[in-house]
Parts: sequence; structure tokens; C-alpha cells
Amino acid sequence: MQIHKYDTVIVGAGGAGMRAAIEATKRSRTAVLTKLYPTRSHTGAAQGGMAAALANVEEDNWEWHTFDTIKGGDYLVDQDAAEILAKEAIDAVLDLEKMGLPFNRTPEGRIDQRRFGGHTRNHGEAAVRRACYAADRTGHMILQTLYQNCVKEGVEFFNEFYVLDQLLTEVDGVKRSAGVVAYELATGEIHVFQAKAVIYASGGTGKFFKVTSNAHTLTGDGQAAVYRRGLPLEDMEFFQFHPTGIWRMGILLTEGARGEGGILRNKDGERFMEKYAPVMKDLASRDVVSRAIYTEIREGRGCGPEGDHVYLDLTHLPPEQLDAKLPDITEFARTYLGIEPYTDPIPIQPTAHYAMGGIPTNVQGEVLADNTTVVPGLYAAGEVACVSVHGANRLGTNSLLDINVFGRRSGIAAAEYAHAHDFVPLPDNPAELVVSQVERLRESTGTERVADLRRELQECMDANVMVFRTEQTIKTAVEKIGELRERYRNVSVQDKGRRFNTDLLEAVELGNLLDLAEVMAVSALARKESRGGHYREDYPNRDDVNFMRHTMAYREVDEATGAESIRLDYKPVVQTRYQPMERKY
Amino acid sequence: MSTPTLQGHGHSSALDAAEAGAAHLITVTLRVRRFNPEVSADAEWVDYRIPIDPKERVLDALHKVKWEIDGTLTFRRSCAHGVCGSDAMRINGRNRLACKTLIKDINPEKPITIEPIKGLTVLKDLVVDMDPFFQAYRDVMPFLITKGNEPTRERLQSAEDRARFDDTTKCILCAACTSSCPVYWNDGQYFGPAAIVNAHRFIFDSRDEGGEQRLEILNDKDGVWRCRTTFNCTDACPRGIEVTKAIAEVKRALITRRY
Repeated sequence: MQIHKYDTVIVGAGGAGMRAAIEATKRSRTAVLTKLYPTRSHTGAAQGGMAAALANVEEDNWEWHTFDTIKGGDYLVDQDAAEILAKEAIDAVLDLEKMGLPFNRTPEGRIDQRRFGGHTRNHGEAAVRRACYAADRTGHMILQTLYQNCVKEGVEFFNEFYVLDQLLTEVDGVKRSAGVVAYELATGEIHVFQAKAVIYASGGTGKFFKVTSNAHTLTGDGQAAVYRRGLPLEDMEFFQFHPTGIWRMGILLTEGARGEGGILRNKDGERFMEKYAPVMKDLASRDVVSRAIYTEIREGRGCGPEGDHVYLDLTHLPPEQLDAKLPDITEFARTYLGIEPYTDPIPIQPTAHYAMGGIPTNVQGEVLADNTTVVPGLYAAGEVACVSVHGANRLGTNSLLDINVFGRRSGIAAAEYAHAHDFVPLPDNPAELVVSQVERLRESTGTERVADLRRELQECMDANVMVFRTEQTIKTAVEKIGELRERYRNVSVQDKGRRFNTDLLEAVELGNLLDLAEVMAVSALARKESRGGHYREDYPNRDDVNFMRHTMAYREVDEATGAESIRLDYKPVVQTRYQPMERKY
Repeated sequence: MSTPTLQGHGHSSALDAAEAGAAHLITVTLRVRRFNPEVSADAEWVDYRIPIDPKERVLDALHKVKWEIDGTLTFRRSCAHGVCGSDAMRINGRNRLACKTLIKDINPEKPITIEPIKGLTVLKDLVVDMDPFFQAYRDVMPFLITKGNEPTRERLQSAEDRARFDDTTKCILCAACTSSCPVYWNDGQYFGPAAIVNAHRFIFDSRDEGGEQRLEILNDKDGVWRCRTTFNCTDACPRGIEVTKAIAEVKRALITRRY
């Protein structure tokens, strides 16, 4: 075991982690621990754009953006945080441009902007061009630009280091962050990183679904690490299903395709979104569009021999426009479906895309131990965190914004905290939990296979807690996840080696997914209303009287029996200037 | 309002084929170059026969082996759709991304050979040491260099100036180009195509003022002049970047000092 000491440790090297690293490295001795090489993160798969009311192409302002974000999140958004997001968006985009990001340009040479779902002028009048973009590879450009600037700033990376545990030490009756424990993929060695400040920026949990736009590596490692140490997870029942994933594969086709004029059609060729969202049509918010697609499919208007998908139609757009604005997604259609989008519509279905919930933080990125108490020295930013700027449903282009605004804020806050505080003593045997977890998996002779349990989990989640949920389906999921968690104790791996043991790490990742899937299902069961991405057919309306509040889920362990359970609590939503209204698009 | 019938709806054979129902499985042989120094000092070829839908990816085939037959098979992957750059490997002798190569697009009648990319030290199975690759990238100063005060708003750039370096912004640092280059295989000092592509991305960016410095780095004996224009890199690039052309443009810029 090796022990390292840094002022600031950042877990994850996607957009949020690298944006934080650029700030933290300037101010403190910083290490970035990342399970992938930095440019492999899923920020790079984001396509359509990053929202900011630059008003480069038409009238716009940050107040409209704030309103859209709150309405998009079905009023579960903390309004003070949304205001910060929308205000700081403008500098966040300009900062990236100054760092070198090659945005598409207007004829005047300014950053070009396009339409995106749920982004409107003057509180819902019509779609507004707010998304700053670089073709349909905006996330790729952000990730590359941030990595380039990390190289420039000399950021220190520990590549292929998996953080498996969060260390907390109680000092003066307060639990403080003491550091993290990581597993080095190349050698199998365990490393303890003592740090004054730790920032989680480790991404989402999408791999507990089968049809998902998420990378294989999005397994909720950060959420699981803090949750196991007794810290809460917020609003985990809220998961976004992006309307346009490639049918069966789930590969993302950007909402920017509809922003450029693409249309969703059912088997009769009908532009069905006119029925569901008369003003915004195909550019309604993602939860609305995904439900509309499944309604069409359920009512027998789906396409193909099995009627299980609809079409994204780009055939009326000029090929030059597709080549210039949507080159990657049109290539995906050619590569993976053998379809030419110039002439054929693309078969699509909703795909599990984004976790609105996560580790609760305040607007400085400080992690919360309960509704109000901060964990000193612990921060989170990006998809792993829940500020909450996305509420019950995130607007497209607000995640690339989130990682930049709150990545930057947490990087500054963590480094400043590190300056003002000393190291917290490490717990005795800091690596104990990780060593025993890794050794147990490596030495297990159990009969269960990781791949089987993961497949069963994914199929269960797709069937029961996707776009439409009921008491019955969620209970089915809770039971099935419980059974899988039992069977997980009997899981074994074939690779017993130390070197690049990805077999072992997939087993660890499955354990994370199982824990988080359970939190999601239990949180969803208790929320007897429909709001944003959480739609209960048995409670189809929003219930502001009983559920205008954030879910806070805690892991409880019975000290006598060792039995685990989930305790749910609730946290008020911060409301400033916007009263909840019925949400129409 | 519009409810037109779709142009070509239901008529295109490509669309019909894409939407065909149940998976039609075929049996393929994957011939994988295995190496684990914890077990043996020598690499060996191992065959795996698996049933698979030809519309699936080579990455799916590797996952089938890892998840159902042999968990020790080791390779890197993440996004699974050609944007993260993790899974470059030699498939039937050509550098490709396993997640962007469909079984039906290579001859499934014969064994499909899969081996690590060349020119970088193999650490285990298909996993190679990427550090020298990223070091060469860092050596060309792959970041915007500007002088003077920053503007309040964005720097202006015409659409034409933006288009000038568009091709080389697509790079995902997968190393398919660099590890297909015979010069790189034989000479550990050469920067390799990917580093030059990333230098090109900044040299030809109208906002950048570090072109001279980067050109001097690439004017080195191990720099751009080592390129023998074999076009392997262009063939290998999964993003369709015209790598050899980009290298030629850097060479021309070195001679003319105009860019």
C-alpha cells in the first residue's frame, strides 16, 4: 500500500473534473485520479451544445434561461442554483472560447447558437437560439479543450486509478473528509490519498439500464463510495430518458437534430409531437417527448415489424446542412444501422441518458451530510452531484453548462478550503475496507457470474423503472434488485491476477450499480406523484402539496444484525421568484 | 398542419434491412493475441468461437468472450460508439476501433484476428502502454497560445478561418494512426501522426500565436520530416481525418512559414 498527500484530490477526469482541476492546480497541490485516460470520459459523447444567453443571434437573457431551467425541471430545481447556472453560463462559454474551444461561428465571427429543447424566449413564447455548439461534437471539443488546458497548467493525473472508498474522520464531533482509497489498475496496488479537500466528478450511473446512451464505465462509483459511508443521495428517482437513442443500441442522436429542423414521426408519417406539445412540438422537454414516443408505441403507432420504435426524420433537410451541423450522428446512422439519413428516416427510441440526482451539494459544490450540514473538505460537481439545477428533468445543453459552472466553482472552493485548513488524520487502517472488498472478490469461489447479474439488473430496470412506472412495477424492481444483491455475495471472477484486472473491477462496478439501483427504486416507490422524468401511471399528476421536496436517501446498517436498509428523508426546494405552474410546451 | 407520408417511408431496402426483426446469429471465430506476463513471457494466439448477430460490433464479440467464456481477456473500452478512443486495436491486420467495426463489415467466414496496436509496449492482451503516445502529444504544446490581454467577449473568427482546421479538431487520441505508422514502429523518437495532427489543429487556428514555436519543435530531426507519406495513418483514422494531408500542410508551412 502506498500513501500520498495532496492538498486537493479530484476523482474523475471528465468535464467537471478537468474544469475543477484547472482551477485547483493554480491554487493548490492537486492530483486527479481517473479510472480512464482523461479524454475517454463520457463528456466527449455529448453532442448538441452548451446553453448560455449570449444573445449572439437573437434577443435572449439569463433570466429567461433561469426560468426555462426551473420549468424544465418541473419546479424541483433549487432556484438560487438555477440563477447561478444561467448567469455564469455566459462567462463559462466565453472562458472555453478563450481556452481555445472551436465553436461554430456566425457570419460576423461570433459564437453561433441554435435551438434546443425547452429553451425559450420570454418564458415560453417560442424556441430561442441559446445553445453554443461545435457541430454535433460539442462535448468532444469541451473535453479536448479542457484536457489541452490541463496539459498547459501541468495538472497531475493518476490514470487508471479507481477510487473505491471515501475516508471520513470525526474531529470535534464533525465528520470531515480525510482522503480517498484507490485501486491501481496496472498493478492491483492499493493507494491511500490523504487530502485536505476531495472533489467527486466521477459521472453518472446509466449502466444500470440496458438501453442507454451511457458508456460501459458509467457505474456510479462516486455516488456509491460516499453512500456506503453514510452520506445521503438526493433525488435518485429522477433519471432522464433521452428521446432519440438509436433503436435497440441506445446510442445518442442529439436533440440538436431537432434543433436543426428534424421531426419525429410515427408509422403513419404523422408529426405526432404536435398533439403533445402544440407550441414547442419536437423541441418540448425530454421527459415530455420520451413519454410521447412511448405513448405512440403503446397505442400501436410505432414503426417496424414489431412496432417498437419511431422515426427521426431528417430527409427534408439539405445534405449540406446535415454535413455541416450534424456530421457525427449521420455517420452513426450509416455505421450502426446502414441507413442513409439524407434519404431514410432513422429508427429511434428513448435511451437512458442522465441522472438528475446524485450527491447533494450546495452552490459551492460542498457535499451535504443531511439537509443543511456540510461535510468539511468534501465536494462534488457534474453528473455525480445534485445541486440541484436540474430538478426532475434536465434541459438539453444544461449538463455541459453544469460541469463548467460547478466544476469551476468546486475547484476554486476546494483549493481555498485546502489553503485554510490542515490535513485531517487518516482513520486507522484506512485501506481496510477496500483491501477486504478486493480480496473477497478475487478469492471468491462463488457460482454467480458478474455478466449474468448485470444483464438481469439491466433488463429489470428497463422493464420496471423506465419512462412509465407504477407501484407494481417499482415493487417488482425492488424485489428483483434485493434478490440480485443477495446473489452478488456469491459472485466470483475468473481473473485472479493483479495486472490490469478488469474482470475484478467489473465486479466492483456491478456492486455499485446494485446499490444505486436499489436507492433509485426505493426513492421512486415513495414518490407518489408524477414530476419531470419520474412518471407514475398510478399518480399521473404533480403533487406540490406532498412532494414539492427533494428525496434524501441514507444507507442504514443495523448494528446488531448487520442488516442494511434505506431510510428516506426529504429536503425543501429553494424557491425564489418563480411560483410553480402547470407545465405546458 | 403537416401530416405527410414519409418520403421513402417503408420503401428503402436499407431501412427495411435495418428494421428487420429477430437477430440472425452466425458463428464466428475470434483469433485473439493473448499476453499476460503474470502467466507467461510469451504471447499466443487463442481462438474463441461465438454465436453473434453480424450487425453487432467487434467490441460486442470481445465482450461475449470476456463475459461468457474467459473473464481474463483484457482490453480497454468505454463509450462503445467511436468517440472516446479507448478501443483501437488491429483487426484483421488493420488498425480500427472495435466499437466502430461491425462483424458484417469484415469477412466472418474466416477467423477474425485481433491483436494490440503496434509500436507501443503490450502490457496485457490488447492493453498497451499509452504514456509515450501522450508524451508526444504533450510535446507539441497542444493548447491555444495567445499574447496580450484577453478580449472581454469571444475572439472573433470567420467561418472560413474556423473551417481551416476543422478536420484536425476531430482527433480522439485513440492512437490508431500513430500505431499504424512504419516510421513510428521502427523509431521510438518520432512524434508520430497524432501529435502532428494536434499541432496542426493549433498552427492553423487563426486565434493562435504559437505557430512558430510548434513549427520549430516539428522541424526537429524526429519531427515532421520523418514522415514517409505511406498514408497508413489516413487509412487507419476512425474519424476520417486526412492525417497525411495535415502532415503535408505542416511540412509546407515549415518551408513557406505561411499558415
